[in-house]
Amino acid sequence: MPVEAFLSLRNITKAFPGVVANDRVTLEVRPGEVHALLGENGAGKTTLMSILYGIYQPDAGEILLRGRPVRIRSPRDAIVHGIGMVPQHFLLVRRHTVAENIALGLAGTPPLFPARQVQRRVEELGERYGLAVDPRAPIWSLSVSEQQRVEILKALLRGAEILILDEPTSVLTPQEALNLFAVLRRMKQEGHAVIFITHKLDEVMAVADRVTVLRKGRLVDTVPVARTDKRALTRMMVGRDVEVRLQKTPRVPEGEALSVEDVWARSDRGLPALRGVSFTVRRGEILGMAGVAGNGQREQVEVLTGLRRTERGRVRVLNRDMTNHSARQVFEAGVAHIPEERVRMGIVPAMTVAENLVLRRYRYPPFCRGQLLDLEEISAFARRLIAEYEIATPTPRTPARSLSGGNIQRLILAREFSGGPGLIIAAHPTSGLDVSATEQIHALLLQRREEGAGVLLVSEDLDEVLALSDRIAVIFGGEIMGIVPAAEANREGIGLMMTGQRP
Amino acid sequence: MMRVGPFEIERRPDPPLTWILGVSLLAILAAMAMSGVIFWSYGVDPLRAYGVIIRGTLFNAKALPEVVRFAIPMLLAGVGLVLAFRALFWNIGAEGQILAGATAATWVALFSPVPDALKLPMMFIAGFVGGALWGFIPALLKLRLAVNDVISTLMMNYIALYLVSWLVHGPWKGPEMRGFAFTNEFPPAAQIPLIAGTRIHWITLVLGIALALGVAFVLARTRLGFEIRVQGESSDAARYAGIDPMRTTLLVMLFAGGAAGLAGVGEVGGIHHRLLDPNQISLGFGYAAIIVAWLARGSPVAAILTSLFLGFIFTSGDVMKVALQMPARVTDVFNGLILFWLIGSERLLFYRVRWAPGRAVREPLPVGGAGADPGPPGISGGDQ
Repeated sequence: MPVEAFLSLRNITKAFPGVVANDRVTLEVRPGEVHALLGENGAGKTTLMSILYGIYQPDAGEILLRGRPVRIRSPRDAIVHGIGMVPQHFLLVRRHTVAENIALGLAGTPPLFPARQVQRRVEELGERYGLAVDPRAPIWSLSVSEQQRVEILKALLRGAEILILDEPTSVLTPQEALNLFAVLRRMKQEGHAVIFITHKLDEVMAVADRVTVLRKGRLVDTVPVARTDKRALTRMMVGRDVEVRLQKTPRVPEGEALSVEDVWARSDRGLPALRGVSFTVRRGEILGMAGVAGNGQREQVEVLTGLRRTERGRVRVLNRDMTNHSARQVFEAGVAHIPEERVRMGIVPAMTVAENLVLRRYRYPPFCRGQLLDLEEISAFARRLIAEYEIATPTPRTPARSLSGGNIQRLILAREFSGGPGLIIAAHPTSGLDVSATEQIHALLLQRREEGAGVLLVSEDLDEVLALSDRIAVIFGGEIMGIVPAAEANREGIGLMMTGQRP
Repeated sequence: MMRVGPFEIERRPDPPLTWILGVSLLAILAAMAMSGVIFWSYGVDPLRAYGVIIRGTLFNAKALPEVVRFAIPMLLAGVGLVLAFRALFWNIGAEGQILAGATAATWVALFSPVPDALKLPMMFIAGFVGGALWGFIPALLKLRLAVNDVISTLMMNYIALYLVSWLVHGPWKGPEMRGFAFTNEFPPAAQIPLIAGTRIHWITLVLGIALALGVAFVLARTRLGFEIRVQGESSDAARYAGIDPMRTTLLVMLFAGGAAGLAGVGEVGGIHHRLLDPNQISLGFGYAAIIVAWLARGSPVAAILTSLFLGFIFTSGDVMKVALQMPARVTDVFNGLILFWLIGSERLLFYRVRWAPGRAVREPLPVGGAGADPGPPGISGGDQ
């Protein structure tokens, strides 16, 4: 071994209910290197780092620091061991100043006016690493990138020798990202080690020395960046083999199910999230929408389902103009929505399975007469769907929250498909589900396609998109990078489009 | 699941009914134990005090109807609060809504040209409308301007309080009252009949029970009730299903305010027969109704029982004053302690602590219920 490893994680395994997030993952970090941790969403990057930072305890495996095994029970332990973390969502008191935030919980500060002493050190460190920020400024007056600097300073002042950055560029503009990279290089020169969580290939190539790729909770490989390229990394990240083989019969698509023309929309934070998106979905066709999380998929789905306003552009559903119509009107027009947030939005956890099955239709006959609900009709309907969709529930009166993830999704599909929709908007329909539930949901989507529904399948699972879609659209930065027929699509091409390159 | 030393803490979203009852009872006992300390520091043996209280209320033919008399306003206000809390509107303003109802009823009784035969029905209607308006304002403020409902409803209480105070000291002060800050006495046609020998104004009582049953029916069997439940349990799911939060919240608050307004009608029409100092019209019934609703845990029918329990506490305040020479306000202390313990025990309801020493081999984690439990923060984030 040419360079002694500073930190090693050996065979780390961690399982959550229903999913193995890390399966015997090994990672070695050397002093003075920027080590990128690359993988798709759900690959297990954040879990691995949460274990290193003491937020979770591994089920198996060990952590070695300078060759000595350590147990990290809490973030406090991690800090004592010289491990610092800059979280994706900053943990700062908005009304306090930079110095006050840094002094908060910092050992060795005087009990009175603790921030005063810190101010000088903040300025010192800021100069050394190029992290200029006014220690007297209140947090709310700072830009996001400045807040990130505060988080980095916080970690450095606590003596972090290893700094973990969780998708640090996701909140930055390209220029701000370049500044951050300069800071990271400076830190490297000072002998710090940096672990950089990302799913962006350009960033890996730009700043990392070595890169470790995770896929579906497992280690793929660790390679020096100088000896690899984006194409190779893409292949490692998305995998080579198609794991699911589906029976997909060729089908000639019919009329138009959905047409989106030059749609613009903003995110919750008011930033442009969709910039002139146009595409169509025909009946009897599945259009897969691939892309890295946070590139406008959520906003796209919400615009189409009546949950978000379009600023510009037109949405036509089954040949009717549905631009900026309400969720109820969109549903009534024949659109099924399988939401991304299954438990938070897709069901009412405290209400019964039967009530959840009529969540969309409780206000129409035969489920009500005037104001009165017809409980018998509802219960008969529920029993029929439970049998038809094989929802495992003790009774229709069981609260929906006691169902497993797969059965909750079956419930949602049963409800959404029962009206015979002409258009299906499915957002991440199988994320976090086990193999059998995933297969069943794939089969149900294909069956609807057979029967002539148009399907928009939004997913981060490239295998799923490739296996199910007739055509694949790739979204990046709120724009469609390209739409290719699935038969002509290859993983590398799609992967590159997902990182913002047009074919 | 979380591990603290040798214990495993597990969340259970659907605690069994016996567990809910047991924990609630334990909370009340804890409150009684703490009040015992207050009795003791007051120089009264707590055991003797509780003995005197129980004998003086439950085993006393004169005092027993008083339990019902106090339960009436808290039942009406409490049923309204059950509904508001189900829709996640934190109405702390039942006190003000009671006063608004009392004021509206007084206007009908004393100053309106309504014929005698219609006086009582019109008083109830006016009282409902008055309370409903008082509840409507904060609802509108929340929906239109995102004003915090707890604060606005609480502040509306003080507006109502000073409004009533001004009325009885000023424009409505009764010339027959020889300088007291009362309005004139209501004419006989505007007095709610009592059950003989008691202070139970039975019309209001029947209204309270009818509303409790009615709300239970609406929640379980109607479209509106379905919408209220969806809205209260998951606002995201309500958005998804296209339920209009404006409509449900406004309707809920009109009803909750109106029900509290009816309680005010009962107090001025059945007990006092005049509008008087706001602190005498309502002895904090609007606040006690919060406990009624909390103890009832979302069930309007259970509010009938819990309002009787609070009625017992209010009656015991009278006993403490007379038999133990303690200030009647001790009931407020007791009520506060009950609410404190109830809310404090809330966490206990939904978690189970298990003794499981050693880092034994974990069973394979079941998939069941995983989706329902958000788990510790961070797990639910996409990247696992």
